[in-house]
Amino acid sequence: MASGGLEYYSVKEIKGPLLVVEGVKNVSYDELLEIETSTGEKRLGKVLEVGYGLAIVQVFEGTTGLAVKGTKAKFLGRTMETPVSEDMLGRIFDGLGRPIDGLPPIIPRDRLDVNGSPINPERRDYPTNFIQTGISAIDGMNTLIRGQKLPIFSGAGLPHNMIAAQIARQATVLGQEEEFAVIFAAIGVQNDEASFFKKSLEETGAIKRSALFLNLADDPAFERIITPRIALTLAEYLAFEKDMHVLVIITDMTNYGEALREISAAREEVPGRKGYPGYLYTDLATIYERAGRIKEKKGSITQMPILTMPNDDISHPIPDLTAYITEGQIVLGRELHRIGIYPPINVLMSLSRLMRDGIGEGKTRADHPDVSSQLYASYARAQELRSLALIVGESSLTPVDLKYLRYAEAFEKKFLAQGYYENRDIFKTLDIAWEILSMLPEQELTRVKEKYIKQYYKKTAE
Amino acid sequence: MSQEKGRITWISGPTVRAEGLEGVKMFEVVFVGEERLIGEVIAVSGDKAVIQVYETTSGLKPGEPVYRSGEPLSVMLGPGIIGRTYDGVQRPLDVIATKIGPFVKRGIQVDPIPLDKKWYFEPVLKIGDKVRGGYVVGYVQETPLIKHSILIHPEVSGKVKSIVKEGEYTANDVIAEIEKDSEVYKVKLYHRWPVRKPRPYVQRLEPEVPLITGMRIIDTLFPVAKGGTAAIPGGFGTGKTVTLHQIAAWCDARVVIYIGCGERGNEMAEVLVKFPELTDPYSGRPLMERTILIANTSNMPISAREASIYTGITLAEYYRDMGYDVVLVADSTSRWAEALREISGRLEEMPAEEGFPPYLASRLAEFYERAGRVVTFTQNNSIGSVTVVGAVSPPGGDFSEPVTVHTLRFVRTFWGLDSALAYSRHYPAINWIISYSLYVDAVARWWEKEVEKGWPELRRKMLEILQKEDELKEIVKLLGPEALPDSEKLVLDVARIIREGFLQQNAFDPIDSYCSVQKQYKMLKMFMEFYEKARIALEKGVPLSSIRALPIIAKMMRVRYTVPNEKFIEVDSISQEINDSINKLLEGMKSG
Ligand SMILES: Nc1ncnc2c1ncn2[C@@H]1O[C@H](COP(=O)(O)OP(=O)(O)OP(=O)(O)O)[C@@H](O)[C@H]1O
Ligand SMILES: [Mg+2]
Repeated sequence: MASGGLEYYSVKEIKGPLLVVEGVKNVSYDELLEIETSTGEKRLGKVLEVGYGLAIVQVFEGTTGLAVKGTKAKFLGRTMETPVSEDMLGRIFDGLGRPIDGLPPIIPRDRLDVNGSPINPERRDYPTNFIQTGISAIDGMNTLIRGQKLPIFSGAGLPHNMIAAQIARQATVLGQEEEFAVIFAAIGVQNDEASFFKKSLEETGAIKRSALFLNLADDPAFERIITPRIALTLAEYLAFEKDMHVLVIITDMTNYGEALREISAAREEVPGRKGYPGYLYTDLATIYERAGRIKEKKGSITQMPILTMPNDDISHPIPDLTAYITEGQIVLGRELHRIGIYPPINVLMSLSRLMRDGIGEGKTRADHPDVSSQLYASYARAQELRSLALIVGESSLTPVDLKYLRYAEAFEKKFLAQGYYENRDIFKTLDIAWEILSMLPEQELTRVKEKYIKQYYKKTAE
Repeated sequence: MSQEKGRITWISGPTVRAEGLEGVKMFEVVFVGEERLIGEVIAVSGDKAVIQVYETTSGLKPGEPVYRSGEPLSVMLGPGIIGRTYDGVQRPLDVIATKIGPFVKRGIQVDPIPLDKKWYFEPVLKIGDKVRGGYVVGYVQETPLIKHSILIHPEVSGKVKSIVKEGEYTANDVIAEIEKDSEVYKVKLYHRWPVRKPRPYVQRLEPEVPLITGMRIIDTLFPVAKGGTAAIPGGFGTGKTVTLHQIAAWCDARVVIYIGCGERGNEMAEVLVKFPELTDPYSGRPLMERTILIANTSNMPISAREASIYTGITLAEYYRDMGYDVVLVADSTSRWAEALREISGRLEEMPAEEGFPPYLASRLAEFYERAGRVVTFTQNNSIGSVTVVGAVSPPGGDFSEPVTVHTLRFVRTFWGLDSALAYSRHYPAINWIISYSLYVDAVARWWEKEVEKGWPELRRKMLEILQKEDELKEIVKLLGPEALPDSEKLVLDVARIIREGFLQQNAFDPIDSYCSVQKQYKMLKMFMEFYEKARIALEKGVPLSSIRALPIIAKMMRVRYTVPNEKFIEVDSISQEINDSINKLLEGMKSG
């Protein structure tokens, strides 16, 4: 790419976030460019399509205020890159990676393409290290594993930020002292949400090993395509060049999806479901797949994207396609929130796909897999009975059925519910689990091996 | 390689337009740009062509050259394929990693099979033999499990002019010459075959032997036959991948091809970590000795994702042509269809339903049509098969979307996954009411001959109970369980026992993961006998509550993970205990 520096004043058309530039020569696909308005304001863009003498360009900061006349497009001869350095920890950046904390500029150790490159699946190391988050519903039933991508599916007004902050504060790997570096990417969120994270990282001193990238609600919408990629490029550098364990929190992916939809509409592409482009799945995958571990490298990237489900609808394209890519999902429930349960995790809708290889003997405790499976099965049964009881009344339920109802209540109040500052270790979590499972008759615990029942089941004097 | 070259005129993501390619053919492989990225021609008009590029096109410019190869996209077929992990266009990912490190970069050219490795070749042909395409020239022991027949290219025939003695040869050595009309064709240990063209066979046969997977709900209720087709559609997290992993790990095929088509990198890593540690249940050898992986994960180039399905099925046909039973699992065919859609969109073709191109259905049909049980062209006309199992990932879990709808037109087994079952942790979450298999009658003979006579009858009875439960549940929802007579309450109880004790199967439990056909049959019999006994006891006046309180029920439900396969006979003693405890209830009645 040797076109660096070529300048054109030949903008032919402006369409939404897109510019059509004519008469270009030697411009390459995906090339970065600088756009200068007639008043001297500078913006960034990239080439989406290019042919002889014609390039379609997307402007990250949007085209508001741009005119066909007087707009200068300067092609930079390279794709979008970001500087990376360990010194970026402890710092705050805008959505395009420029420092906004008033501290001196970063001296980059390297400049890397923000799109990264796919990890060769053959070189991936399968993640199996249990991360203790101190939250029972996660550790006990939806375990987070180092190198996993596990999103939080939330809804407007639900405490997803608190949960993410609590995880960032409490996450440890059993028996290892290493702390996570935290990379936080805000995509179109309100300023108070971003400052909530900042404060909570400051509270524990974690801010020193954190980097914050902020694209706030009133920042340019098309920057949102880039912000998570810059954050992940730094994460890859820290994890795979500097041996760090990195936790990446991205919020809110729904805003990302909307920015993508807008660009697609401007390009007049055939829309898919709800107007989102047909390539939404593949595009999201180029973000979410940038997590994991690599053989012979010490570091890891654990991703925790947050998204709010429009209308609490999990089948909406963004949560739907996200869950098709991530290794499970933590789903928050409005019902639980309403009755005052924190964290309001709907365990039945939640799933951690990497859990099975990170728990059990030698990792957490031998009975953990059975206990988790039994908690699920019994709670699912209890939910069925609850809806039945609503119709026919508790009186027509059998005595065993009634025990299930009591179990479900205890499950929510004792196991699920805990404090924002309460950090339960896995053994405590499993002990609570046995306490509530013991409310059911021994015979009902068919998912648990008899030896564990002998060891942990608490017979009540009845 | 042809020296003709054209030049790029337009670049839009993975799709590139070029001109100056007079005479270029559809599906011809071309090399795009100075870096010679691999691409394939997908539309031609005059000297202009549209090319899908298998690698990222960042940095390409209009005006860069496009070189022709003259060849359609092909795979290299010879020893050294088994045990490998390939990308969508048969580039070995381990070799790429050794060359350039843990990230996949573009512009890498590597041989699909090792060309310098020496194989011990044993010839079977003699000079003067008359041969035709598909004949076996000789053998190479590819892995301890796979004796690899070196086949004559399907389109070559003639007389053997020369053949080497047994000994060590590399894939590039000429091991035989075949002469026809004074033209000589040189046979090597490998040949090439275009991926989009089905390999020929003598004759198609009806599938009649079940593919044993060790999953009870599949083998007992909704079997797939060797050479048959199956689809497993389901929303996210319902169990497609786990089911396909289970089939790949445990099924009784000789060669397994696993295509990770636009799915997760960590799932491929999981296979790569676990399969070498697992042993083939039929031979005791490491599973990788019969497995080929094709990994084109969701973040790898989508054109190569489109090609991966064809690469996989062509490798499957090749091993079929040696007389092997091959299983191909594809996770997920929806991602392949989405690749088709994206490329079609960039070509600005007229979309049909939900933006998919109008030819989606015919492409799906062509793919599943390549499954089958066939008589091969080998000297002794050995029989081989390709079984195809495809995962489908419908948006929002809605089975009325185009990929699911069309797929179900072309497959004969349907395992419908149910999000509600998955949320309540009923795994495998295959819904027994909507699922079906059109192979039941065909494989019944096998079960009766190889396992036990009563299979079809017991299977039917179990399905009956499950169907009855489904009807009764509607009544219960309205009126509560007390509205039912005890005989129907018993049906509900037994159905629950069957669901939890038979249909549910934990893929991650060392015993439950794989259930032999003998154990499956014994369990099926145990549950159905329990129902019979309990039903009669109830008729004779034993209260339902006493039956419900029998401790043997919990024991019966644990059989799936307490009785190991090799001790399947022990299931009989539990059946006996059931018998005894119900008899005791009956006696108690008489005396009381
Ligand atoms: N047979 C099984 N035994 C135990 N657990 C299972 C089984 N099948 C599925 N699961 C559980 O369900 C989870 C999701 O299954 P799986 O990954 O196969 O879903 P999927 O249908 O492939 O989803 P996606 O479309 O998102 O890839 C698994 O991680 C596992 O926890
Ligand atoms: Mg899957």
